[in-house]
Amino acid sequence: MSPILAGVLQLIALIAALALAYRPLGDYMAAVYSSPKHLRIEKVIYRCIGANADAEMRWPAYLRGVLAFSVVGVLFLYLLQRLQGGMPLSLGFASISPDQAFNTAASFVSNTNWQSYSGEQAMGHVVQTAGLAVQNFVSAATGMAVAIALVRGFARSRTGDLGNFWADLVRGTVRVLIPIAVIGAVVLVACGAVQNFSGIHEVGQFMGGHQQTNGGAIASQEAIKELGTNGGGYFNANSSHPFENPNAFTNLFEIFLILVIPFALTRTFGKLVGNVKQGYAILATMGVIWLGFVALMMWTEFAHGGPALQAAGAAMEGKETRFGVGSSAIFSVSTTLTSTGAVDSFHSSFTAFGGGIQLLGMMLGELAPGGVGSGLYGMLVMAIIAVFIAGLMVGRTPEYLGKKIGTREIKLAACYILITPTLVLGFAAASMVLPDALGSMLNTKALGAGAHGFSEVLYAFTSGGNNNGSAFAGLNANTPWYNTTIGLAMLLGRFLPMVFVLALAGSLAEQQPVPETAGTLRTEKPLFAGLLVGTILIITGLTYFPALALGPLAEGLS
Amino acid sequence: MTAPVKPEGPGSMASSSTATPTRAPHQDVPSGHQPGDGRVGGGLFDPKQLIKSFPDAIRKLDPRVMVKSPVMFVVEVGSVLTTVFAVTKPSDWFGWAIAAWLWLTVIFANLAEAVAEGRGKAQADTLRKAKTDTVARRLNGEAEEQVPGTELRIGDLVVCEAGDIIPGDGDVVEGVASVDESAITGESAPVIRESGGDRCAVTGGTKVLSDRIVIKITTKPGETFIDRMINLVEGAARQKTPNEIALNILLASLTIVFLLAVVTLQPFAIYAGAEQPMIVLLALLVCLIPTTIGALLSAIGIAGMDRLVQRNVLAMSGRAVEAAGDVSTLLLDKTGTITLGNRQAAEFVPVRGTTEAEVADAAQLSSLADETPEGRSIVVLAKEKYGLRERHQGELVDAEWVPFTAQTRMSGVDVDGRKVRKGASGSVIAWVQERGGEVAEDAQQLTDVISQAGGTPLLVALEDERGPRVLGVIHLKDVVKEGMRERFVELRKMGIKTVMITGDNPLTAKAIADEAGVDDFLAEATPEDKMALIKREQAGGKLVAMTGDGTNDAPALAQADVGVAMNTGTSAAKEAGNMVDLDSNPTKLIEIVEIGKQLLITRGALTTFSIANDVAKYFAIIPAMFAVAYPGLDSLNIMRLSSPNSAILSAIIFNALIIVALVPLALRGVQYRPVSADKMLRRNLAVYGLGGLIAPFIGIKLIDLLISLIPGLH
Repeated sequence: MSPILAGVLQLIALIAALALAYRPLGDYMAAVYSSPKHLRIEKVIYRCIGANADAEMRWPAYLRGVLAFSVVGVLFLYLLQRLQGGMPLSLGFASISPDQAFNTAASFVSNTNWQSYSGEQAMGHVVQTAGLAVQNFVSAATGMAVAIALVRGFARSRTGDLGNFWADLVRGTVRVLIPIAVIGAVVLVACGAVQNFSGIHEVGQFMGGHQQTNGGAIASQEAIKELGTNGGGYFNANSSHPFENPNAFTNLFEIFLILVIPFALTRTFGKLVGNVKQGYAILATMGVIWLGFVALMMWTEFAHGGPALQAAGAAMEGKETRFGVGSSAIFSVSTTLTSTGAVDSFHSSFTAFGGGIQLLGMMLGELAPGGVGSGLYGMLVMAIIAVFIAGLMVGRTPEYLGKKIGTREIKLAACYILITPTLVLGFAAASMVLPDALGSMLNTKALGAGAHGFSEVLYAFTSGGNNNGSAFAGLNANTPWYNTTIGLAMLLGRFLPMVFVLALAGSLAEQQPVPETAGTLRTEKPLFAGLLVGTILIITGLTYFPALALGPLAEGLS
Repeated sequence: MTAPVKPEGPGSMASSSTATPTRAPHQDVPSGHQPGDGRVGGGLFDPKQLIKSFPDAIRKLDPRVMVKSPVMFVVEVGSVLTTVFAVTKPSDWFGWAIAAWLWLTVIFANLAEAVAEGRGKAQADTLRKAKTDTVARRLNGEAEEQVPGTELRIGDLVVCEAGDIIPGDGDVVEGVASVDESAITGESAPVIRESGGDRCAVTGGTKVLSDRIVIKITTKPGETFIDRMINLVEGAARQKTPNEIALNILLASLTIVFLLAVVTLQPFAIYAGAEQPMIVLLALLVCLIPTTIGALLSAIGIAGMDRLVQRNVLAMSGRAVEAAGDVSTLLLDKTGTITLGNRQAAEFVPVRGTTEAEVADAAQLSSLADETPEGRSIVVLAKEKYGLRERHQGELVDAEWVPFTAQTRMSGVDVDGRKVRKGASGSVIAWVQERGGEVAEDAQQLTDVISQAGGTPLLVALEDERGPRVLGVIHLKDVVKEGMRERFVELRKMGIKTVMITGDNPLTAKAIADEAGVDDFLAEATPEDKMALIKREQAGGKLVAMTGDGTNDAPALAQADVGVAMNTGTSAAKEAGNMVDLDSNPTKLIEIVEIGKQLLITRGALTTFSIANDVAKYFAIIPAMFAVAYPGLDSLNIMRLSSPNSAILSAIIFNALIIVALVPLALRGVQYRPVSADKMLRRNLAVYGLGGLIAPFIGIKLIDLLISLIPGLH
């Protein structure tokens, strides 16, 4: 079988699996978030944290819940790392330095999972399982809760109530993420992923050397790492490590886990606003972008540019032979178009255009399909922008799902789209003039790789600001400057947008819906989905084109 | 309603058959808009206006004025900076060229606004002429005193006689007069103003032509209708509308994004070893920010109001014009809007034992002296359908005409020993029976059939040698205006529901509603019913538009999202509404909705165009900036522009010229046809989205070709 055919077949299998899961999972999540009943375990949790899970919250209260919970999460994770040296099950690793501990805490609470450390050489069992893995669940559940709050803003009218954050957080974790993650972990273990609490082993190499390798609760962390679009690997090599991702099937399965919730949430959205077609339009928008990016990535990675690639038959550098080019291309597109950031291949080693596609995927705001929850709310904000322009062109004050897009809504949406470009371009520009920051680059102009070096820095902040977490490598990010700035980019890039999303939800929920007439813009039609794709591509493209031109484009066109 | 003829259904018909309309402007074919064919368009754009408005455009360069438009303010700051850089390097032609074109970009934007305002100014000047200083004859008890018009206070009573200019807005409290209102409406035919009722409002600046009236002043000087009109058309009172503010926010945020992209580009460029001159970065910034829509945004708003003024509609706020585009329910008065003002004879129905021709003959005879439109229509029908020559009153020497009175509710003629009567069925039957005649059994049945079909039956009776008897029935019908049915179909396609408001009984109303094709009707409508209907629609989230003129319409006009008061109406109605139609033509409501939609579409279309333009500009400028550092980037120069300088300059020139090129479109509004939202979006996306993507590639290439012809500029 040719590698291209293999890639296409894997793609088809993946799409089929996603299609099968779409309706049941989407409907299930809609039921979870609208059910009036609490499970017994949930009641215990509410009693422990002292929350009244039946109280409706207006947007400021909901936001306070999100922020308070996340601040506690950051502090807890920071202290856990700082105290690691004195804790049992630390595998002998020392405490983490303040700037790196801040960076890692920010990273996992913001669902980014940027890692400026090597998991197997820095984090013991306690930090990995009680700290990082817990955040893998709750940071994902927080994103979903905010998305659901926005959906309620569309679905409800003449009320400021957006539901209860604690209930949404706990339900998302207990009823959605944990069950699927358990199944996922079992499947991974069955396929050969490692799951134990053993320590560090010294193993001999074929060539006579020695190498250290450690076990741990790897499969369980792997499952939620993909499912919650987190991406933080147990090992530095992330999903290209055989303990995390043993074979071609697990690779495809992990891609499935990455995509399944973000895509299915569009069904949940459709269900909750009472019109599944609206969900399909959002799904189509996400699907078209995702598939388009996969096609482009496969094309650029299979195209034989340059003598080395021609000899290998494809761009094999940095890719695992057990996955192949096709599957690696799908993985890398899926991980950068969601906020996952897990990698099964070396992003820096992709062709220049391939790297550009990964960068652009994150720059779009990770909304096709995006992170769990964050993808949906990001897409809905873009839909508001698209509706505003298109709505004017049909001669009415723009409205989406019956809610008018007025001054307040457009103000909040505009603030939302300003945040990540400011963080990404601002920090990247600062890094280009600070000698310290330039010193971290391993590919430099002196080595004749100026454009590639620039891409590495741009990638780091794009990844942080968009809460992706994947790295382009080639950049030593464990310096005070990068630890601090990327940490800030991750926190601001995660929580500022949430502020605007929740304010938007509050504003929408207060509105009286406008009835649909023949003069209403039909947002469930393919025309609108196409317009939305165009709006996303053009607005992002225009924002980042100069930067992309000096990075991947300059490298790829030379 | 001012409709002089107010059909109340069968029985009361006769009352209308004698009412003489003084002036029923809304019976005229709507000015400038034939139902069916007419589309909203604007006045012609004269390039001379550009030159005339130039001084205004320069005056608007004041930063305090510019800052109101964030996008153009950034361009102005850019112009100042490039000029400074050009001065520091005076030998560099490129810097001067960029600076000059950036200034032109700002001036073109101001020019667009100035031209839009200029059109209003001309109208304001005409109005000012009407606002001559008047001397008012104020009543002080019984005595009269002369005071300047500007000293009148609310509640003062003033007297006006033939030849006097009315000194201020008010209501007639005594007398009746004909008034020349051409100063504000442009309509030369005088109108009747009388105390009481719905035609009591007079406007300051208009002229009394006959008789004497006493007017109670209702507005303060300086706040009169003419003052407000002047303010409105001049744009002095113009405030940004909600949607305009929202769009401005979006444009401002795009400007910030591009500012960010350009500011951060310099460090990236320095790292790449291709540090850029500030002038180039400023040029890139101006090319990227949405200058096209930023420059034309306020012109679009002003022109939208102006298009209404051209149709003799005054919108008291831009908000109302926008709301008009959103309207989903139209309340339309039947009379004058949906039907012609008067009912017309449709057929003659004989009772058993008589022929149609006999009925026609008698009906015609009885109507010869009847000058009402209904009476005329009977004569016309008799001629057209039965070939009966119109007899002149003079031919019938001994004829004794019996005029209509409210008591008899009949009219007719006694001639050659024959007595002919026509009128409301009850009265005619009574007349026949009184004279010992017989009423055919089927007479009642025939009138019932006509009533049920929504028509108005008039009985015709004759007394001759064979004795008094009922001959038959004239079927009077409301005639739906030509083209209205198609109009309602279009409105339905646009998602607008039409509700016909009428004083008729439900049966009559239903028949007309069916014939006209409106979606719903409100029969036997009282002002309270209208109010309730509006509130019901609004509770469902719909925006409602209506017209009205009576004082009792005022609450509903105020409640409606778009309330168009007729100029013939009371001042209470005019106060309550947010628009005034100087022609008093209720059909115009439909045009107002179309203008509102057109205004929003124009904004959206130019925004799309403006954003789509940026793609081509990147392809021009980025390779020009970086092809030296990274030669590979020259393959992005897909337009094959001749040199980096020429590429950047061409993009800037295109950016400036496109503003001027689009001024006519901004003033006229984009073409609007009432189709569904889907079709409209598809069309506008194709024209302004795709067009906006492609046009600059061609435009920039052409400009570059021209520039490359100039020697020494490389």
